[in-house]
Amino acid sequence: MPPVVRPSATITLTNTETIPGKEIVQFFGLVSGNTVRAKHAGRDFMAGLKNIVGGELKGYTELLTESREEATARMVEQARLMGANAIVNVRFATSSIAQGAAELFAYGTAVRVE
Amino acid sequence: MDALIGLGLTAILLIATFIIGQKGERDHFEDLRRREARLRVMPVTTFETLPTGWEPTGSGIVTGSVVMSADYFKRFVAGFRKFFGGRLTMYEPLLDRARREAVVRMLEDAQKKGFDAVINVRIEGSRINRSGTEKDGVVAVEMLAYGTGIKRARKPVTPGTPKAA
Repeated sequence: MPPVVRPSATITLTNTETIPGKEIVQFFGLVSGNTVRAKHAGRDFMAGLKNIVGGELKGYTELLTESREEATARMVEQARLMGANAIVNVRFATSSIAQGAAELFAYGTAVRVE
Repeated sequence: MDALIGLGLTAILLIATFIIGQKGERDHFEDLRRREARLRVMPVTTFETLPTGWEPTGSGIVTGSVVMSADYFKRFVAGFRKFFGGRLTMYEPLLDRARREAVVRMLEDAQKKGFDAVINVRIEGSRINRSGTEKDGVVAVEMLAYGTGIKRARKPVTPGTPKAA
C-alpha cells in the first residue's frame, strides 16, 4: 500500500493526555505503528569494534532512531486516515524479538482538537 | 608458549581499553556538563501541567536517544565482580552517561524545533543484543528520552497591561 501523502494536514503529537492550550472535540481511538529492523553486517562489525573501547555505538543509535521514526510515521498515517489532527499520550516501546533484530512500536490516541 | 602469548595479548588489550575507555568517559562527561549548562535555560518537568502563567501556542513530541556500551576492561572487571555480587560501580557511569546524553539530545531536539519548555519527560532504557551469543558479555544499552515540547507566545501578556491599538 503506497503511503498517502497529504502535507497540508499536519498532525500534532504529544505524550501528555491533552494538547496544551487546545480542546479535544472528538476521539478516534487507538493508533499504532511498528517496524522490525535488523542490523546489517557492516554496522554490526563496526559496533563490534567500538564495543571493545566502549562509548556510543553510532550505527545502532541511527538505526533505532530511523526505526522509531518509521513506526511513528505509520502511526501518524493511520491517524490521518481516520481524520484526526492530533495524537495524544504517545508511548514508545522496544522489544527484542530475535538475536540482532528489534521491534520498535509507537502508539497513542488519535483525536481531533480545536 | 601459546598460552603466554594469549595472556600477554589479553593484558595489552585490558590496559589499552582501560586507557581509551577512561579518556572517552572523561571527555564525554566534560561535553555533557557543557551542553547541560547551555540548556539550563529551558524549563523541563516530568509532570503534565504547564509552568504557571504560560500560554501555549504550540506543542509537539521531542525525542533523544543513544546506544552505548562499556569497554572491554570494564566488562572484564565486572565479570569478576559478579561472582561476589554487590555494587557494580564500573557500570554506573555507563548508564549515567547514556541517560544524560539522551536527555540532552531531547532538549537539543526541542531547541531545534523552537520549543521553549519540555513537559512530561519520560526516560526508558532497553538492552541491545548483539548478534552473538549471550556469553559475549556485550553490555550495550539504549536510552530513550521523550517529552512534549511547548511553545509560548514570545511576549507574554501581563494582566492589567493595556494593549496597544
